[in-house]
Amino acid sequence: MATNSPSEEPLHRALGLTDSEFGEIVDVLGRQPNSLELALYGVMWSEHCSYKSSRIHLKRLPTEGPTVLVGPGENAGVVDAGDGIAVAIRIESHNHPSAIEPHQGAATGVGGILRDIFTMGARPLAIMDPLFFGVPDDARQRWLVEGVVGGISNYGNSVGVPTVGGELTFDRCYQTNPLVNVLCVGALPVERLVLGQASGTGNLAVLLGSSTGRDGIGGVSVLASAGFDGEDGAASLDDAKRPSVQVGDPYEEKRLIEACLALLDEGLVVGIQDLGGAGLACATSETAARGRVGMDVDVSAVPRREPGMEPWEVMTSESQERMLAIVTPESMPKVEELCARWEVRCAVVGRVTDPEYDADGEPIGQLRIRDGFDGQILADVPAASLADDAPLYNRPMAEPSQRAAILADDPTADAAGIDATAALLSLLMDPAPVYRQYDHQLFLNTVIGPGADAALLRLAGPGLPSSTKGMALSTDSNPRWCALDPRKATSATVAEGMANVAVTGATSVAVVNCLNFGNPEHPEVMWQLSESIDGMAEACTALGLPVIGGNVSLYNESGGIDIDPTPVIGTLGLLDVLVSRPPSFDWHEGESVVLLGARSAPGESHHPLAGSRLAVDVLGRRGGRLFDLDLEAHARACTLVSSLVATHAAGKPGLLGSIHDVGSGGVAVATAEMAIAGGIGASLSGLDGVAEAFCERPGRFVATTDDVEALLATATAADVPAVVLGMVGGASLVLDGLLEVSVDALSAQSTGALVKALDAAG
Amino acid sequence: MSGTVGVIVFPGTNCEHDAVEALERLGADARLVFHTETSLQGLDALVLPGGFAHGDYLRPGAIARFSPIMEAVSAFASDGGPVVGICNGFQVLCEAHLLPGALQKNRGLTFLCESAVLRVTSTRSVLTSGAELGQELVVPINHFSGSYTCDLETLRQLRDEDRIVLRYVENPNGSLDDIAGISNEAGNVVGLMPHPERASSPLLGSEDGLVLLSSLLSAAAVA
Repeated sequence: MATNSPSEEPLHRALGLTDSEFGEIVDVLGRQPNSLELALYGVMWSEHCSYKSSRIHLKRLPTEGPTVLVGPGENAGVVDAGDGIAVAIRIESHNHPSAIEPHQGAATGVGGILRDIFTMGARPLAIMDPLFFGVPDDARQRWLVEGVVGGISNYGNSVGVPTVGGELTFDRCYQTNPLVNVLCVGALPVERLVLGQASGTGNLAVLLGSSTGRDGIGGVSVLASAGFDGEDGAASLDDAKRPSVQVGDPYEEKRLIEACLALLDEGLVVGIQDLGGAGLACATSETAARGRVGMDVDVSAVPRREPGMEPWEVMTSESQERMLAIVTPESMPKVEELCARWEVRCAVVGRVTDPEYDADGEPIGQLRIRDGFDGQILADVPAASLADDAPLYNRPMAEPSQRAAILADDPTADAAGIDATAALLSLLMDPAPVYRQYDHQLFLNTVIGPGADAALLRLAGPGLPSSTKGMALSTDSNPRWCALDPRKATSATVAEGMANVAVTGATSVAVVNCLNFGNPEHPEVMWQLSESIDGMAEACTALGLPVIGGNVSLYNESGGIDIDPTPVIGTLGLLDVLVSRPPSFDWHEGESVVLLGARSAPGESHHPLAGSRLAVDVLGRRGGRLFDLDLEAHARACTLVSSLVATHAAGKPGLLGSIHDVGSGGVAVATAEMAIAGGIGASLSGLDGVAEAFCERPGRFVATTDDVEALLATATAADVPAVVLGMVGGASLVLDGLLEVSVDALSAQSTGALVKALDAAG
Repeated sequence: MSGTVGVIVFPGTNCEHDAVEALERLGADARLVFHTETSLQGLDALVLPGGFAHGDYLRPGAIARFSPIMEAVSAFASDGGPVVGICNGFQVLCEAHLLPGALQKNRGLTFLCESAVLRVTSTRSVLTSGAELGQELVVPINHFSGSYTCDLETLRQLRDEDRIVLRYVENPNGSLDDIAGISNEAGNVVGLMPHPERASSPLLGSEDGLVLLSSLLSAAAVA
């Protein structure tokens, strides 16, 4: 590491540490840290690794439930799915790397999340990608979209994990800071569950996979834990940060997956941990801290990609496709043999050591970095101080000053006179040009793939006990809602996820979250984060959904402007019997169209449009009071829908011809998508004007049926409001008094919209 | 109903378990054969499944053709044993010169994962013997380099010898003469870009791939 002359910035600041953090490090060590030690603290105490601004708020989330095997804090959350199968799930962001180098940024995001899943002993089975870009009216956005989608396609397809869904959102607030989130789910025989901890003095820490290079150094601190400076967006995305983006190799990862799962199958590892953010520094300190032991790391034993690397570079490199396994010395020959089969490099880089004990008898494991196992000690710090003892900040919070004005600026009344047909057409966009670039079918599990409300998969995979269960996945977010009221909006986003899962017949069992926010040093952003977490906690408690994992991505800002709060909720559902394809969007001639669910909130006389796509994207109005949501009524509607659909999935005769959640764009967009999917129109009436047609409160579903009496009776018995809107038939979609448009026109608009939007940008 | 099918696994192959599952659904015995093996003893048919053998480095299939198992695969093929290459397996068979021509990047220069309608245009191959001429099958494609190409002399030969076994009804990738699958002269070696194993159960939306896999198993039974 370069030494700093007195005139230069102190080293700790260059590494992203504040003066008071430096003071704490001196307290922990009882001496001045050397430069290598400082580099370790710099990455481990970064916002990205330590969650130092968000942890005190995250404690408010409910994390326990009867099926939860592993909650937040491990590499992934795990639930018991029954039939001897456990499901592991995790969501992460790779926002800043993707802003600078979209292809590699997105690709390595996929690679990183896969390692989090197979670290738990699970085979990764599916990926979902929520993506957020600026309005695609400039060449840079097109470059970002093509790069990100290409990176996900290239890495995910090649590594052999299907991408089964996601989201695609365009909004001006992401113009210079796109969001690239990725969720991965995997499954394992329940008895194979492993945790990322070291134990057993004398056991070996074995580095598996790629050699270590200079790529991605400081990724967590330089890139992920600071905003982009500069006044104009594009220029501020400085090329100088590009070397902090890692480079991915899906072929290396594929072999690493197979080798690690084989090692776990053979019972050859004591603990295993992926190398992600903060590289070897993170993996060694976390495994030692979790196991309450020490570890000696021989930095000279780490296989390197290039000569002349300094110890701090080796320890903080974020070179991809690496894992750290804890292995007994006796197992080592078999480990080497298995790795050779899969052409995976393996090298002993560390040894587990006895902890020392403090005055209270608590074990303190030291992480020692050495030059040769018996060589010079280059760094000597308590492992837990790196992994767990980062400072916690309760940063100042303040409600945004313009909030009252925003709430007062309600757009609902202005919508009455609009051209509803034109509005509807402008909201249709089929994301198929994106998802057809993703293998979404591998493992023969995908019963409902991308483009639907939620993905529905068989709960099956190589090495799993056989089961006829199904697994549903949805990712949901709504920055338009969150800009108005992060608390209500995040609660409603959880509800929306549950509704999407219900459409597949599954019952939601757990959620994970990726909290994408602006700069936490802005009090308004901390207020948004805190409100959002409270909203999530409220909904999850009311709906009985434990939060089993999460990721916080802060500093999503550019030129001092924060993104709108964007909490993404990943929802996992389970379906008892999946032996038949359940009904989808496509409605059929002669079926009755029924709107299920509460049409308005208690005490509400109208259908608020604030935060809807109609308000924001058509009217250009970003103010107003967000709708209220009755979570109990919502849960009843979801339960009804999932039981109606589950009957079909179990292969029994059911009442539904088709079913669709009412989401973005409201009933108007939902029915238009059903008309496109079915290739046939419908004549519908009874909606309360433009407002009810386009308002977006979750908990409503459009269902079609051949037996309308039975469906209404079933809904009544379940205490769920239901109203008949009309009948499927004809060449046009007619919403009486509001709009009439041919199915051909809907279809042409929807199919071409994305390609047109991106082409126009060129 | 049939013999034992070997499913070849190169590092980077990813459709091997899917191929095994679909074959077993038809009552076959299927077992994985790792690329470092050198013998195919006891096997009655071979499938080279989809994926990214050796990372598709250099070109899809270019390194896989040098894997130790490929010598045995060539010998198995020249002895008349049924061999089917699916997607990446097709690319490997072309690189190994067990089939003529090559697969180049799709016309649109993007990866494509979607349903395709295929027409059976020859039934004189181990993969299509149980299908009817002109029969339409809904089978997914999943590839970046799936656009078949060859010189005109080879194309004439493929046509004259009735070796174009499957064609796309709507060409998704710019493939020459709408070719989705071809066979060797004897009809025992077939390559196709679409994935019949992905159309192997009503739960997946199509069972049309079973017509093809059943044909292979019939060939395995008499092999």
